[in-house]
Amino acid sequence: MATNYETFEYDVLIIGAGGAGLRAAIEASAAGVKVGLICKSLLGKAHTVMAEGGMAAAMGNVDDRDNWRVHFADTMRGGQYVNNWRMAELHAKEAPERVHELEAWGAVFDRTKDGKILQRNFGGHRYPRLAHVGDRTGLELIRTLQDHGIHQGIAVHMEHTVVTLLKDGNRVVGAFGYDRERGRFKIFKAKAVVIATGGIGRAYKITSNSWEYTGDGQSLAYHAGAELMDMEFVQFHPTGMIWPPSVMGLLVTEAVRGEGGVLRNKDGKRFMFDDIPDNYKTQTSSDPEEGWRYTQGDKNAKRPPELLTRDHVARCINREVKAGRGSPHGGVFLDIAWIKEKIPNAAEHIKKKLPSMYHQFKQLADLDITQEPMEIGPTTHYIMGGIRVNGDSQMSSVPGLFAAGEAAAGLHGANRLGGNSLSDLIVFGKRAGEFAAKFAKEHGVGQINDSQIEEAARKALEPFDRGAKSGGSAEGPYQVQHDLQEMMQGLVGIVRREDEMVRALDGIGKLSERAGQVAVFGHREYNPGWHTAIDLKNLLTVSEAITRSAIERKESRGGHFREDFPGKDAAAGKVNVVVKQNPDGTMNVRRETIPDLPAELKQVIEEMK
Amino acid sequence: MSRLTSAATEKRFEMKTVTFRIWRTDENGGGKFVDYTTEMDEGMVVLDVVHKIQATQAPDLACRWNCKAGKCGSCSAEINGMPKLMCMTRMNTLPADKPITIEPMRSFPSIRDLATDVSWNFRVKEKIKPFKPRTPDAPDGSWRMQQEDVDRVQEFRKCIECFLCQDVCHVLRDHHKHDEFIGPRFLVYTAALEMHPLDTENRLPELKQAQGVGFCNITKCCTKVCPENITITDNAIIPLKERVVDEYYDPFGWLWKALRPKV
Repeated sequence: MATNYETFEYDVLIIGAGGAGLRAAIEASAAGVKVGLICKSLLGKAHTVMAEGGMAAAMGNVDDRDNWRVHFADTMRGGQYVNNWRMAELHAKEAPERVHELEAWGAVFDRTKDGKILQRNFGGHRYPRLAHVGDRTGLELIRTLQDHGIHQGIAVHMEHTVVTLLKDGNRVVGAFGYDRERGRFKIFKAKAVVIATGGIGRAYKITSNSWEYTGDGQSLAYHAGAELMDMEFVQFHPTGMIWPPSVMGLLVTEAVRGEGGVLRNKDGKRFMFDDIPDNYKTQTSSDPEEGWRYTQGDKNAKRPPELLTRDHVARCINREVKAGRGSPHGGVFLDIAWIKEKIPNAAEHIKKKLPSMYHQFKQLADLDITQEPMEIGPTTHYIMGGIRVNGDSQMSSVPGLFAAGEAAAGLHGANRLGGNSLSDLIVFGKRAGEFAAKFAKEHGVGQINDSQIEEAARKALEPFDRGAKSGGSAEGPYQVQHDLQEMMQGLVGIVRREDEMVRALDGIGKLSERAGQVAVFGHREYNPGWHTAIDLKNLLTVSEAITRSAIERKESRGGHFREDFPGKDAAAGKVNVVVKQNPDGTMNVRRETIPDLPAELKQVIEEMK
Repeated sequence: MSRLTSAATEKRFEMKTVTFRIWRTDENGGGKFVDYTTEMDEGMVVLDVVHKIQATQAPDLACRWNCKAGKCGSCSAEINGMPKLMCMTRMNTLPADKPITIEPMRSFPSIRDLATDVSWNFRVKEKIKPFKPRTPDAPDGSWRMQQEDVDRVQEFRKCIECFLCQDVCHVLRDHHKHDEFIGPRFLVYTAALEMHPLDTENRLPELKQAQGVGFCNITKCCTKVCPENITITDNAIIPLKERVVDEYYDPFGWLWKALRPKV
């Protein structure tokens, strides 16, 4: 019986303990409600630690021309105007306060000469805007929130996985999951639930994401009746490592380009100058010299084309490789070593500004980035889409279910600017925590449905039953996961075509059948095979959502590039693609018209053009 | 050209095999080493080989990992007896002619196979007094600090909490002083707080008593294994020891404190 499972009761339950989840937990706790926090791994290990470059906040510490209006306009331009404009507005306005708050909680950012928080240049940001700590800003963010959070009375459940959200009628009233260490089922009752589980990178073969990023939150919300939006917009970061094979996909921070790194093809040509999109022409430098001056803080210089938005840079790299001008291992060259022509002690300077990158290449690729160019290529990095939420409250279309951070859609539109993710986490993590606490105060405890729990428990254990019956002959989960990643990479990747995506849908159907038959062996304690078997449902759900949404958007925009529709379509630019589960379990895809911008915001965009 | 081609072909067929001798726990709380032999590609790290074994030979082999980039500190283990991150240990740095032993961190209780119960660390951290900043320097709630004043603290804040320093520290590993000593990781953590230019808290009484800074006798093993190259002993622990000495054992200090004008 369900009553036999260990049960926890909270006002607000937060699933995911990266930047957004921790920030939400801190905020909800500050509102005086009882908070539970579930992390899939150990506390402080979430993917936020991987963020390198910084967090965008228009504080104007380095260039006082910066303000929220510029940041808003940059975010909308980067997102190709399909963003949730309310989120873009709130984000630009509230990020500076959220960054100052981190400092009050112990974060130690790099400093300007006059002792303020230093800000650096990044792709798509008009002014130096990223508060940072060398190239380990994500670690600083998560550690600050963690070290502050552990003193706020938050109950932390480490190494737990949620398998389903619990519902009372239309409303979400908790979650059901298990602890990974012992494999015991647990019930988490809650008046409000915040999903902050991050992304979906593990649906692809080449990714910068860790094993955790299997689309759990998007999938949990979808199966609980919530809408997902913008799922076609997957960000392929232009610079991932490509050699040696074991590190393929590992991120090389955009800060390398921010500090003066340039992209070259095998002929040594800086190919980014060849293709500058019209809407960025006025902001982009026309010669290498000016680009260099920009990276060194010259306020009158325009940015080099290497710092154009990620979607564009990734496609340019793809084009060079396809045209046979790539590097030996199928990428292009990213060169920071060249700055020794410009500054004395360049090697020391690079080590100081990009310490993690220096060590990453030294240790993993035997390459000294202060002396030699790196070989890089695009890697699946981020999903702009996710759970559709209200811009102010972060509540999804299901009452009591909130989402923040990468798991939520809206802020970034068709393409996210570097640095806008960490600020997203703290701005909307805070909002989600605040409004979830408010919801919890206004609503009573829901009714848990025992049969829903028993059904979920039975389903979760099925792979063991099959393992026991098969006597070792049945397929395990790893091969299914591997085949899905290969297929998504090949058919729904950086360049897409209708016929290939239709094949992918067919493939997802077949893989779902296989996933329903996988077997695992051994016992429930810390069993990675079992964990992978459970993740498969989530990976398949988000893969289907990505593919169906990508088929629906018959144009190219931001992270979504259609070879069969290479141009932008004005009509498509007025809609978001939304998916929702039909009552019969199939996936419904529809277009939702984007609400008009208020006159004030429209004017901001016009002014900043 | 033909030479190049044949060299490349040779390389492909020259794929090396390697044997991993991995600690596998049993259901009675004990365990034994089990050998797994597998092929190895160029550039692999230890974690890649463990994953390959997991995917092909031992699907229930438990090991923690996350970022696979040396940034999260999850995949700590003892490789040929040395505490290391599996994701940052390249296979070509290990002798391939004999089996490579992979064990869990031995200073912590076992959960399963390579996964250990590191929850003690989280409990220790909660007991350390949190950051308490002085009032902001500017009306907007911000502070002014010079880069050279935060350099040292930033070094400590590079810590990824892999707990390899805790694993290697003999005070914990051999003498099991977990109730009396917080270990190198949390001395670094305390040092980061104590040397934070904005912090106003005093943690010296606890450092001396409950947290046992005196137990450290500066063997520097922690510094040697730190994957972030934090100079744990020299930059964090010794200055903390000096502060404790200045506070509690310096007769001139006592005299000065007794006589100094109260402000």
